[in-house]
Amino acid sequence: MLILIPKRKFEVPVQAACISPDVFKGKVTAEIANMPITEGNRNLKLGDLFEIQEDNLEAPYITINGDVSKVKRIGSAMKTGEILVNGDVGMHTGEKMAGGKITVNGNIGGWSGSDMKGGLIEVHGDAGDYLASPYRGTSTGMKGGVIIVDGKVGSDSGCYLHGGILKIKGGAGRFLGYHMSDGVILVDKEVDVRPGACMTGGKIVITGTVEEVMPSFTIDSVKPKVKIDDTTSAAGPFYVFLGDLSEHGTGKIFVNKANNPQMKFYEKYL
Amino acid sequence: MTELLIKNGFVFDPINKINGEKMDIAIKDGKIVQKVSSKAHVIDASGLTVMPGGVDIHTHIAGGEVNTGRIIRPDDHVKDVERKTAMTRSGTGYSIPSTFTTGYRYSRMGYTTVMNPSMAPLQAKHTHEELNDIPLLDKATYPLLGDWWFVLENLAKGNVEECAKHVAWMMDITKGYAIKIVNPGGLESWGFGHNVHSIDDKVPNFCITPREIITGLARVNAMLNLPHSIHLHTNNLGLPGNYITTLDTMKALESVPYNGKPVGHITHLQFASFAGDGWAHFQSASEEISSYINAHNHMTFDMGQVIFTDTTTMTADGPFEFSLYELGGHNKWVNSDIETETSGGIIPFTYKKNSPVNALQWSIGLELALLIKDPWKMFMSTDHPNGGPFFAYPRVLAWLYSKKAREITLKHCNKKAQKKSLLPSIDREMSLYEIAIMTRAGQAKALGLSNKGQLGVGADADVAIYDINPEKLDIARQFKVARKAFKHTTYTIKDGTIVVKDGEVVNNKTPGRTMWLDIQTKNPCVIDEEMKRKFKQYWTIEYDNYPVFEHYLKVPQKLTIKASV
Repeated sequence: MLILIPKRKFEVPVQAACISPDVFKGKVTAEIANMPITEGNRNLKLGDLFEIQEDNLEAPYITINGDVSKVKRIGSAMKTGEILVNGDVGMHTGEKMAGGKITVNGNIGGWSGSDMKGGLIEVHGDAGDYLASPYRGTSTGMKGGVIIVDGKVGSDSGCYLHGGILKIKGGAGRFLGYHMSDGVILVDKEVDVRPGACMTGGKIVITGTVEEVMPSFTIDSVKPKVKIDDTTSAAGPFYVFLGDLSEHGTGKIFVNKANNPQMKFYEKYL
Repeated sequence: MTELLIKNGFVFDPINKINGEKMDIAIKDGKIVQKVSSKAHVIDASGLTVMPGGVDIHTHIAGGEVNTGRIIRPDDHVKDVERKTAMTRSGTGYSIPSTFTTGYRYSRMGYTTVMNPSMAPLQAKHTHEELNDIPLLDKATYPLLGDWWFVLENLAKGNVEECAKHVAWMMDITKGYAIKIVNPGGLESWGFGHNVHSIDDKVPNFCITPREIITGLARVNAMLNLPHSIHLHTNNLGLPGNYITTLDTMKALESVPYNGKPVGHITHLQFASFAGDGWAHFQSASEEISSYINAHNHMTFDMGQVIFTDTTTMTADGPFEFSLYELGGHNKWVNSDIETETSGGIIPFTYKKNSPVNALQWSIGLELALLIKDPWKMFMSTDHPNGGPFFAYPRVLAWLYSKKAREITLKHCNKKAQKKSLLPSIDREMSLYEIAIMTRAGQAKALGLSNKGQLGVGADADVAIYDINPEKLDIARQFKVARKAFKHTTYTIKDGTIVVKDGEVVNNKTPGRTMWLDIQTKNPCVIDEEMKRKFKQYWTIEYDNYPVFEHYLKVPQKLTIKASV
């Protein structure tokens, strides 16, 4: 439908919650260029910062070509349609998203997919901290949808996760899935310390490595494989840990047995 | 100076027994007067309802626990943001709005006087700093004295007179307005991990029972001739079966001499009217409580109505907040023990229609308000923010004046709660006159504020004008129209100045006064060496830094009272 190209390099954060297929739907290019947007403390129009071109794709489809790593809240609360970003994108991308798809050919900023309810975010790069974590103080985070990251993610990802799936093909920072109560997190490479702290439900599957699990988790069993979603499962075998017991939690952490020989001592407690 | 004439409004002024009469109200220099000159600015109020400015007897809007509530709830602020306008400052907060927003929102609803009901004496300075920043409203605050060590010591010795002198001194140094008692004895016990479970349990380390604290302070209240009665949050609050404690408390207060002026005010009565022997058998005790209240005149009450929304509960009743923490699935929780004075607890809570307990709590609040026949005894409140934020008041009013509104909400409530609710059997629909009593006249009378809650000559010119035409609008049928009118006034007038017009704040130069009591006892309280020694030993604040001086208040209003001791 539309192609947006930043007119220059942004030095200060740009708030652009209006860049969403739902908002653009049914509007002509001139109307879209006139939508309010802020750069730092200045109130501007979308057309001041972006060159807007029309393409011949019919579906509600927005393409952004260029570096928008300073642009926040792209695709906020979107329900339908698709956004493709060829470049890095800023914080809060796809927050409160309920449907549709965001594809990023680059890196994505912190707090992306925050409070997400549905839809798909695909990142062919790295993600910042607080991926899929809710606003500070909120006790229920992402409720549904899927986030796939090809690279690594920062710390505190999947906090208060209450549903949906995070598939991380790189590594993950500390406090992965902090306080999560449901949903699935899959990490294929190394996980930093304290995954699943305070978790009360859901599962974290680590097919890569992790130095240790917290002492408030207890070993439960060894399982040959674990289901990720309706169609896929991860092959193990896995050590299964239950916790976080300090929260009377019944969450599960699956740790790949072959990649984590330092956890062999747990087997004597089985 | 300024003159105003409100012409042709339907006036509801229960203190002066004016029930919807079409008349003019004249205002000069911030007071209601007999008549004004022809130069007066005229407000055409024809077809509008004119009431005295609203008075709220119990709303947590300032102080230590309110601010700690703000700190732990960034999620509450992000969902409700007020932008700055040419006239108003910006603010945030849904259940715990920031100070300026609190003032604006109250004023838009036609309120002009609000009472902050719980202030730990140790946090008096903080509380007054926040009250200073709440514009457009007259304010006062009640120091928590029910578990204050010197009160307990004096009452345990049976030394009521000494206790009275001490309370007079406390009102002065905290710049307070009334004696607030929260879970008497229970908060002191909470410091040691316990609670009291009836009004005859012994308080650890003090040879005293809650009954002695309550009746003792009620006697002190009478000796000091305080304008308000003791302001009481009962023991066992928020626990099933607690209505027995509430009844015991009311009976205990019968022993205090009653001379036409109420001897006690039980606040958020809904939370104190639970029957049943556990949450699974949770029942309403509104019938038992209301039939006692209908037969006795020695006390006043406010509702503590529950609203179905996400809110933040906060009270000095630490043990109660702990039980809420256990009940509510271990949400984030603040628990504190404030030295020798009181305790505190804060926990976010969501009242849900589909919860059998919450839905019945909603019903209990309304049952009580409707079953208590005399509106001069029972006032409207949500115990903001414990039952719900104060700007939901129009919704509470709609439930009171419209059976239809109640039926619509009840239909969406939990089925078990629907069966237990008495609401379908209650046909009462309140009139605008009764609403005016429950929201201003009754509250002002109970607070002893003779210049508030009325529009007689000499009263403060605090007026609320609503877009309700009682001749044309049937509020019970078209409850949504009236509810909208109560949400935003056509005019709010504070001290003779128009501060809100058509729901928008149009004046930012009215800070509102802070009222405090200067109680003149025959002999002042002696601060002896022993007391100073105790301050050194048990308080984190030096005695000399403890008092709040009058210059600390932005616009102080000293009310001088002659005590009989």
